[in-house]
Amino acid sequence: MTAAIQDPKLTAPQQLTAVLRDQMAVEYGSGTKIGGLVRLSGGASRETWSFDALKPDGARQPLILKRDPMDRQADKQFEGVPEGRLAVDRLTEGRLIQLAGEAGAPAPTVPFFLAADERTTCGFFTHRLIGETLGRRILREDAYAQARPKLAFQIGHAAACFHGIDLDLLPEMRGLRAAAELLHYRAIMDSFHQPHAGFEYGFSWLRERLELAGDRYALNHGDFRNGNILVDGNGLAGVLDWESAHLGNPSADLGWMCVRAWRYGYHDKVVGGFGDVSELLDGYAAGGGGRVRREEIHFWQVFGTLRWGILCMILGFTHIDGEQRSVEYAAIGRRAAETEYDLMLLLD
Amino acid sequence: MPTDRPNTAELVEAVREFLSDHVAPNVEGQLAFHTRVAVNALAIVERTLAQGGAMDAAELVRLKDLLKQNGDLEELNAELSRAIRAGEMDDRKDALLAHLRQTAEDKIALANPRYLTKRG
Repeated sequence: MTAAIQDPKLTAPQQLTAVLRDQMAVEYGSGTKIGGLVRLSGGASRETWSFDALKPDGARQPLILKRDPMDRQADKQFEGVPEGRLAVDRLTEGRLIQLAGEAGAPAPTVPFFLAADERTTCGFFTHRLIGETLGRRILREDAYAQARPKLAFQIGHAAACFHGIDLDLLPEMRGLRAAAELLHYRAIMDSFHQPHAGFEYGFSWLRERLELAGDRYALNHGDFRNGNILVDGNGLAGVLDWESAHLGNPSADLGWMCVRAWRYGYHDKVVGGFGDVSELLDGYAAGGGGRVRREEIHFWQVFGTLRWGILCMILGFTHIDGEQRSVEYAAIGRRAAETEYDLMLLLD
Repeated sequence: MPTDRPNTAELVEAVREFLSDHVAPNVEGQLAFHTRVAVNALAIVERTLAQGGAMDAAELVRLKDLLKQNGDLEELNAELSRAIRAGEMDDRKDALLAHLRQTAEDKIALANPRYLTKRG
């Protein structure tokens, strides 16, 4: 496969418009126009674009394209962790959104995929939904006042749906059971040669309580938090951003949703700043996920807190090691102190 | 340190004030966001200059007491991490936790003191 190359005589939106015009002609009929193309986010791991397909009959289809970055940087490598971070490619991500939707979780429609060629990297399209993804706005704005009290239950329900997907239906993905996932993140920490007594205690605490983790094994969203969900006035409208999906203990997703970093100041609401663990677990049971024990959620909340601390370290060292010099990454590196503080409140 | 006034803390303060009072109001989008991040980073440096020395001294006393050995902060923190992983601290768990909690509180007091408040 030839790598996609940006033509220096064209801007990135110009080149992408030509790609989109060709594909939309196939999907919606020749003469389909592209309108309102705008890039929504940067990030080293993907590009997200918003545009409208203006069909020959005058109808308008709002769409989102998520594709691999054109200026692809190598994934960060960690000494002693040859397999790198847990992540899936765009085609897998799009397929997972389809499967999640079929399983009953709110998810945007993925009508078709974008094949890689000499002009573009691969990606997938979704119908563009109306709603909010920014965690702070979901927690503060009046438009979501009716939605907030429902979210924890709905999120639990949605998780139960996609955790229940038959493993045989899933695309090829990496999988780690709890003990292996602990070692994975500890190995990443070790790769920085920065001894960290607080995190070390967290890893020991978890290792000694592995029986609390439970032994379920299923699709994990991998980054299931306030910030990666789409919310409208009625509540949860979509589960987004599946790029960290993997196989593992599905309670990891529930614990991750309870990490303080996504509460944006609303600490008393443990689940995403909008709800309680009991609501989350009620929704999970109602969605067919069974009754998960509180101790199991606590284990995975501790794990998630520690994992967020390691991810802060990764971003800090992405700056320090010079892979991407960024004052933002440098500052996030110091947010590891927040997770260390949270750990000390969670642990005995 | 051979410095005149403004000293190190005062220079950092001057840069922080420049960024927050003169740059931040005149930029937008990603640049405005990164300016706020830079202002916060300099505030960490100012708090560290003011309080870090006393915190380091207290941490060193705690580590020597906990590990019953001498060394500098870097050496003793590496030794503590190794001992926790090896399970050698299990007989001193209360003292270990008290130390780790104090260290975490000190770190957060420098990195983001608002985090200690209800809405931080």
